[in-house]
Amino acid sequence: MGLFGSFLTKFSRSRATPEDIDEFRKVLIESDIGTEFTEEIIKLVEREKSESLSESVSTHIRASLSNQARLITKTEGRLTTILVVGVNGTGKTTTVAKLANLLKGEGSKVMLAAADTFRAAAVEQLSTWGERIEIPVVVGKVNGDPASVAFDAATRAKNEGFDYLIIDTAGRLHTKNNLMEELSKVRRVVEKVTPIDEVLFVLDGTTGQNGITQAKSFADVVSITGIVVTKLDGSTKGGIALATERALKVPIKLVGTGEGVSDLSSFVPEPYIADLLTQP
Amino acid sequence: MFESLSERFSSAFTTLRGKGRISESDLDAICEEIRVALLDGDVALAVVNGFISRIRERSIAALPEIRKSTNQWQEIHSIVNAELVEILGGPARRIRFAKNPPTVIMLAGLQGSGKTTLAGKLALFLKEQGNTPLLVAADLQRPNAVTQLTLLGESVGVKVHAPEPGNGTGDPVAVAKSGIEFAKSNFYNTVIVDTAGRLGVDEELMNQARDIKSAINPNETLFVVDAMIGQDAIRTAQAFEDGVGFDAVVLTKLDGDAKGGAALSIAESTKKAILFASSGEKLTDFDYFYPDRMASRILGLGDITTLAEQAKKAIDEGSAKRMEEKFIAGEDFTLEDFLEQLQAMRKMGSMSKLLEMLPGANSAAMRKQIDAVDDDELVRTQAIVQSMTPGERRDPKILNGSRRLRIAKGSGRTVTEVNKLVERFSAAQKMMKQMRNGGGFPGMPGAFPGGAPFGGAMRPVQRKKKAKKKRR
Ligand SMILES: Nc1nc2c(ncn2[C@@H]2O[C@H](COP(=O)(O)OP(=O)(O)OP(=O)(O)O)[C@@H](O)[C@H]2O)c(=O)[nH]1
Ligand SMILES: Nc1nc2c(ncn2[C@@H]2O[C@H](COP(=O)(O)OP(=O)(O)OP(=O)(O)O)[C@@H](O)[C@H]2O)c(=O)[nH]1
Ligand SMILES: [Mg+2]
Ligand SMILES: [Mg+2]
Repeated sequence: MGLFGSFLTKFSRSRATPEDIDEFRKVLIESDIGTEFTEEIIKLVEREKSESLSESVSTHIRASLSNQARLITKTEGRLTTILVVGVNGTGKTTTVAKLANLLKGEGSKVMLAAADTFRAAAVEQLSTWGERIEIPVVVGKVNGDPASVAFDAATRAKNEGFDYLIIDTAGRLHTKNNLMEELSKVRRVVEKVTPIDEVLFVLDGTTGQNGITQAKSFADVVSITGIVVTKLDGSTKGGIALATERALKVPIKLVGTGEGVSDLSSFVPEPYIADLLTQP
Repeated sequence: MFESLSERFSSAFTTLRGKGRISESDLDAICEEIRVALLDGDVALAVVNGFISRIRERSIAALPEIRKSTNQWQEIHSIVNAELVEILGGPARRIRFAKNPPTVIMLAGLQGSGKTTLAGKLALFLKEQGNTPLLVAADLQRPNAVTQLTLLGESVGVKVHAPEPGNGTGDPVAVAKSGIEFAKSNFYNTVIVDTAGRLGVDEELMNQARDIKSAINPNETLFVVDAMIGQDAIRTAQAFEDGVGFDAVVLTKLDGDAKGGAALSIAESTKKAILFASSGEKLTDFDYFYPDRMASRILGLGDITTLAEQAKKAIDEGSAKRMEEKFIAGEDFTLEDFLEQLQAMRKMGSMSKLLEMLPGANSAAMRKQIDAVDDDELVRTQAIVQSMTPGERRDPKILNGSRRLRIAKGSGRTVTEVNKLVERFSAAQKMMKQMRNGGGFPGMPGAFPGGAPFGGAMRPVQRKKKAKKKRR
């Protein structure tokens, strides 16, 4: 889609009528950005009486986003450890494989840990990815303790001089205390061996307002450092990712756009916002 | 902070409840509350607008009646509820079985929505109803989707037809077709076909789904959708309806705190019934979808019907009656009784999940209490009580230091934990006595090992029982 698309041409007229504003409200709501964020933007835009409504809206969205680095952390001279978390089925395992492949392509030595010991065939799924992209995967016992798999992997990755360890974890709803506690144990146990440098929260791009609640809960338990939005190759606008970044002040770092291993890119706000404002 | 749909609704109605006489502008205000609540609850914008204008219309038409009522808010509440139930599908529908077996059920939906897990749940559900289901592994795309289904089939003891290993090779249409043949020649009466996740905008994969469908001609094509989905629900549902065509909807991951806006969007836009509700990762976390229950959940009335049903399933009539008689006769509630209740509660499933069904479960205060409930503690508590002798259970006063040590060792807990339990039990026993003197009914206060005072919240269910008894 072209930058700013049809929607923007439509709204590039000089003075905005209440109908124009309403149309904007509709586009924003339908992007899953949420009512609160929408009304905040509309209020700012109305006050501004700007020449171009469209520019004004994108500027305000941009301003509400984080200015933190959107790159995946790399620690010099020691192992960089990345923990991947999120609710069920959002695309964690696939993202782990994609990210590993990306880092490997940059010349890094990467190891994976299959710490989802719960879901049927989760270990096999990651192992299959590992074979495809030729990256070692540390696995444990089925229904074993995820923390102990992560611990073993961390020990090995550290001793064998790997650059990156990426830990895949089981999907869990943020409302389940025992499962959230299990996750925080994974973190604690790994940190006995090596610091965790990055905690990526994987958010399904089709998610509605629940996304913010999810992210907050995960942030409380394992302090997330980045957001990955997946499935943006579909018809969803993925506005929830922006709303989540705004609410948590945690940057969106990566975007998943397909089931293939190379369908992962870094997040760039401007074209994303433009796309969001483009009517279907 | 984001308020849940049911919180919003409850607060809107609380405001209304305080009013003497409802005016048209009150109605506008409440409609606006409901509008925002629905949007925050992920109902599609177009659906929200239609819903609100109908509520407004109906309420205005009924305003003279409403004003005559002694409980005006209740009247409006009924209108909202009726409208919700209507959209959510009216009376609950059941699966349509083929006249000539096998009955073929095909699953379709977005990536990660819960299709494969649902296949396992459905297989177990059908099997428990006396059917002979066959699972067909026609997702040859996602890495190890075939392995996943095979493992699920094994765990519920249902045969899985998996002629292709998948992982990017093989023809799903051929697999689906051979699955039906296999079922026919081996006399399976139901077939569940799992398919790969696909996007509504992916033409190639939509065509593939249509090809699978026309090859096997299913009795039910189920669109499986994640309850957490946002505004895209309506677009995606339409794309699946146009691209594949489906007969009914299954809502998954309802064990989360998403309020089910998607249910409303999809039911309203496609006019399809929502058939099943999937609410957990365990294969038993599965039930028919009840529009009235969902409407109550959205309205913040809690899922009392489900709760009562589960309680009835778990606590057998005999033991409930015995407990009641005991109570009336003025006998003490012992640790024996407590153990019985604990076991019954564990049969009902996780404590926190049960509490989710209570009215007001979404209020911040209630939320905090629910979060404080530790399901594992039920297990630990049970272990402690089980390690006591029957004599000790009947008369905990004989529990001296060495007995307590023995119990701690036997249950793998600490003496402190044993002490705490005994203490809490005595407190509960005392409470029971007070309640008896005050005329209350013995709920299960002693059975809440977290120590959270849920006695009050549990009472509506219990009260019903008591009322029935009086009538008898
Ligand atoms: N279209 C599309 N599909 C994706 C994307 N990322 C993942 N998927 C698909 O989504 C489904 C779930 O992905 P997984 O990686 O297994 O998700 P998960 O979060 O590991 O799932 P659990 O471990 O079960 O919680 C699979 O079918 C993936 O192929 C994406 O960016 N776009
Ligand atoms: N909490 C919860 N998790 C669920 C539920 N249903 C499925 N899941 C989980 O969601 C994730 C995805 O489920 P799958 O059954 O693999 O989803 P799918 O639609 O088959 O995924 P694809 O085949 O990749 O499209 C897994 O982690 C499941 O355990 C549910 O009702 N509640
Ligand atoms: Mg996974
Ligand atoms: Mg699947």
